[in-house]
Amino acid sequence: MNLQIAMLLGQDGITNGAIYALLALSIILVFTVTRILLIPLGEFVTFGALTMYAFQSGQDSSIVWLLMIMMALDAGLDLKQLVTNGMEARKAQWIGLKLAYAVIMVILVETLPLQEIHMAAQVLLTLMILVPLGPIMYRIFFQPIASAPPLVLLIVSIAVHVAMVGVGLLMFGPEGGRTAPFSAATFQVGNVMLKSQTLWVILVSLFLIVSLFLAFERTLYGKALRATAVNRMGARLMGISPDFAGKATFALAAFIGVASGILIAPITTLYYDSGFIISLKGFVGAIIGGLISYPLAAIGAVAVGLIEAFSMFWASNYKEIIVFTLIIPFLLWRSINSSHVEDEE
Amino acid sequence: MSNIATHANNSSGELLLDVKQLHVSYGMVEAVTGIDLQVREGQIVTVIGPNGAGKTTLLSAIIGMLKSKGDVHFDGNFYKMPDVEQMVGKGLGLVPEKRELFTSMSVEDNLQLGAFQRYRRGDRGYETTLSEVYSLFPRLWERRKQLSGTLSGGERQMLAIGRALMAKPRLLMLDEPSLGLAPLITREIFRIFADLRRQGVSILLVEQNARAALKVADYAYVLEGGQVAMQGDAADLANDPRVIEAYLGLASKHQEMLSS
Repeated sequence: MNLQIAMLLGQDGITNGAIYALLALSIILVFTVTRILLIPLGEFVTFGALTMYAFQSGQDSSIVWLLMIMMALDAGLDLKQLVTNGMEARKAQWIGLKLAYAVIMVILVETLPLQEIHMAAQVLLTLMILVPLGPIMYRIFFQPIASAPPLVLLIVSIAVHVAMVGVGLLMFGPEGGRTAPFSAATFQVGNVMLKSQTLWVILVSLFLIVSLFLAFERTLYGKALRATAVNRMGARLMGISPDFAGKATFALAAFIGVASGILIAPITTLYYDSGFIISLKGFVGAIIGGLISYPLAAIGAVAVGLIEAFSMFWASNYKEIIVFTLIIPFLLWRSINSSHVEDEE
Repeated sequence: MSNIATHANNSSGELLLDVKQLHVSYGMVEAVTGIDLQVREGQIVTVIGPNGAGKTTLLSAIIGMLKSKGDVHFDGNFYKMPDVEQMVGKGLGLVPEKRELFTSMSVEDNLQLGAFQRYRRGDRGYETTLSEVYSLFPRLWERRKQLSGTLSGGERQMLAIGRALMAKPRLLMLDEPSLGLAPLITREIFRIFADLRRQGVSILLVEQNARAALKVADYAYVLEGGQVAMQGDAADLANDPRVIEAYLGLASKHQEMLSS
């Protein structure tokens, strides 16, 4: 190994690590607020990448119909609740707005010349189709069982993941896709070529991490989500509804997942079933952070990316094994050091 | 004194909370069986009674934390099945026995979150309420940057009350606010209830410390075995021999002094 190779591997490792860090943060966020381990997070990554690919390659973008169907289910559930709990004009209006949104998305996707529009518009459209699936997923699958024990939530989460992989195969087919990079420029640093996409990934990830941090530290909505994670009962007494918190965290997680997918789509070829392994690596990062600490998780996730890149060079057959084995020493360390602290009196 | 058990809470003031025939059960066991209870505007109403009488259950059911049967009228609206977020939005607050603070967040964050519903509705006046709460509890101002988990018992109770006040409740329900507090702190907290009433906040106070509760309250209910055993003006009940025997004991000078 020489410096050049080390720099190439390091560049790869940090790029992937940045994505894993984003995923690790969303896993922790969703887990602390709702106690759900979000296994289907990886599907948002692949759906994001493959939707971009479908747009660019001129394939049929049937994914928008998934949004339509899910939104209709969601509206149906809302309507049922409205009928049993008594009508409220504001809520009825809201159901109408949601359906209208889905219809507009269908019309946009079916009529726009998707291959020709600017890439920024493609990105925006992808986000607008996929991010609402997050809160809808929470509404349909998790809200009715929100107070179930974590194991039940985990089982449902796995089921949703398996279903999403199937839907992915149905929507995007078995072929993988790689999209065009955001910009074609490359940079020369010493004797190493830096692809501009690498910079995009790192900068956007950093930007997202910093904005998440600010949102959770400075805004009342962010604090409300943290409060739900700290004390669910206390949060309810402040009028912070667990349904609201669940939907909001799922929306954030979906946004981060889809954004990650769009970011790495020009670097790696993703298939309908690649999501699981990607989110699992984010999960390793989250475990390093003990499913609690955001900074530790982010650092852990970047370490996962680097270790993955270097083990690809030294022992490429074992790269996944090496990464996932990492979890064991951390679990050991966590369980030896863990001390249960009572929070009240 | 037989009239005490029958005459309802009908002194002056608009009816703010009107609970009729409330039943709550945990599985097969009915913890609250057919309670009627009223709180009028500007009143402090207290509910006293032994452990397991259903006092906490009653408050939890009124705010919608527990499923119940019966009618809850609050501020002129009728709720067949109260829902916590909705009740909080309508101006009902609960300071639970365990306080349920956000321990890993700062005192100020805790207080701000108390105004979450107002913020969501677009009411930005909560900064004023924040300074009112700080002037009510100067100790919280001193500790505003501290994590709430590091506060002492009395400070936690102040924070729990302050946090509930941030929502500008019409009716504040408090579950055992004196629990685990030093007598002097208890006295301070009870003095604040009287202040709050002057500011127009009605209070429903559940207490084990019957002496202090009857002293500050206008009207009182005695709960036994999930039912209202006695009710009447707090001053009358404080002199009722049955109440004295069961809940007040022999009036010791020390107790008398602490609750004055």
